[in-house]
Amino acid sequence: MNLSRRHLLLLLPSAAVAWKYILAGTPEAAPNYSKTNHWWGMLIDLPKCIGCGNCVRACQMENDVPDGYFRTWVERYHVSEWDQENPKVDSPDGGKKGFPPAPEEGGKNFFVPKLCNHCADSPCTQVCPVGATFVSPDGVVLVDKTYCLGCRYCVQACPYGCRFINPKTDTAEKCTLCYHRITKGLTTACCESCPTGARQLADLKNPKDPIHEFIRTHSVHVLKPQMATGAKIFYNELDGSVR
Amino acid sequence: MNTFFRDAGHLFRLVAVFVIGLVLFLVLRGVLVPKSFGQYGHYRGNALAELATKPVNFAGHQACEACHSDVAEKKKDGKHAHVNCEACHGPLAKHADDPASVTPEKLDAAVLCVKCHEANAAKPKAFPQVASADHSNGLSCDTCHQPHSPAIGAGGGK
Repeated sequence: MNLSRRHLLLLLPSAAVAWKYILAGTPEAAPNYSKTNHWWGMLIDLPKCIGCGNCVRACQMENDVPDGYFRTWVERYHVSEWDQENPKVDSPDGGKKGFPPAPEEGGKNFFVPKLCNHCADSPCTQVCPVGATFVSPDGVVLVDKTYCLGCRYCVQACPYGCRFINPKTDTAEKCTLCYHRITKGLTTACCESCPTGARQLADLKNPKDPIHEFIRTHSVHVLKPQMATGAKIFYNELDGSVR
Repeated sequence: MNTFFRDAGHLFRLVAVFVIGLVLFLVLRGVLVPKSFGQYGHYRGNALAELATKPVNFAGHQACEACHSDVAEKKKDGKHAHVNCEACHGPLAKHADDPASVTPEKLDAAVLCVKCHEANAAKPKAFPQVASADHSNGLSCDTCHQPHSPAIGAGGGK
């Protein structure tokens, strides 16, 4: 490549501006936590989920989620022998108090915990008119509640139904992947309280995280891949009937 | 030159209006847009730190094991080895911060154990499940099972 002195002089100021932006990403709130070194997601090992509702209760206690609203919830699927397209789904009170006995009509029954998929290309952040919701540099979809107008665009945009309007603050609310915990080196409240290890926090930028080996060796799926949202909640052995 | 600007007064006024508008816009923008807006992207950069400073309620099993190493030792080889403390005992960060004045509640095994172990067709087949009504004749689970290492006969039961 031939670069004349004139062109180099033109390039330098723009490089300086770019470098300023890179440096702007480095100041950290929490000590020893670098936003640029993480890319958070979660693994949900479905064959381990027992539908106890511990995650739902833990989330509510950790994050003061109002009654009747859920940042995470557990669904129970019942698929009759052949009718894969029409599963019966129930989630009494989000599975917070566990599940009544499953209907024994043949077919299969299983639990599917749900939460924000922390999409890399999230539809909910794209529709926010004021920049109140965003994907953080470490890959967590968050809401700035001091900036949120409560317009509900994002609630409608989420293909997974993971957002709601908090009736007390009248602003959008959702799973933060326990941002206040993972930045302190702890795991999320739902992962901490899951008794079977069905939920595991995963750092996709950490090459030593067991998620990489797991994804290589298991049938792992995300919800609604056809929406191209870049979902980062990985489900092991996800049944095709799950929507 | 004179002929060129002779009828241009309205244009200067128009330019003045635009300049005033632009200055007003820049001043208002400077005042109203938070300093950290745009630090990482099209949002308030300080929002990240604000979200991160929220206090935790679940202390995490590492905090529990720092003091309760005897329980960790008991759990280590049992069936509940990978069940974190707060999965049963609930959020106890306040206890971890101030063990003397905040003490955890005593758990009721009759209520707690069935949350996981009550039989349900949707649970994985390999997971140990009981129909609690038939299983223990109304006895509390911890009459026979030791919760930190629940298998009977493997040195875990009572």
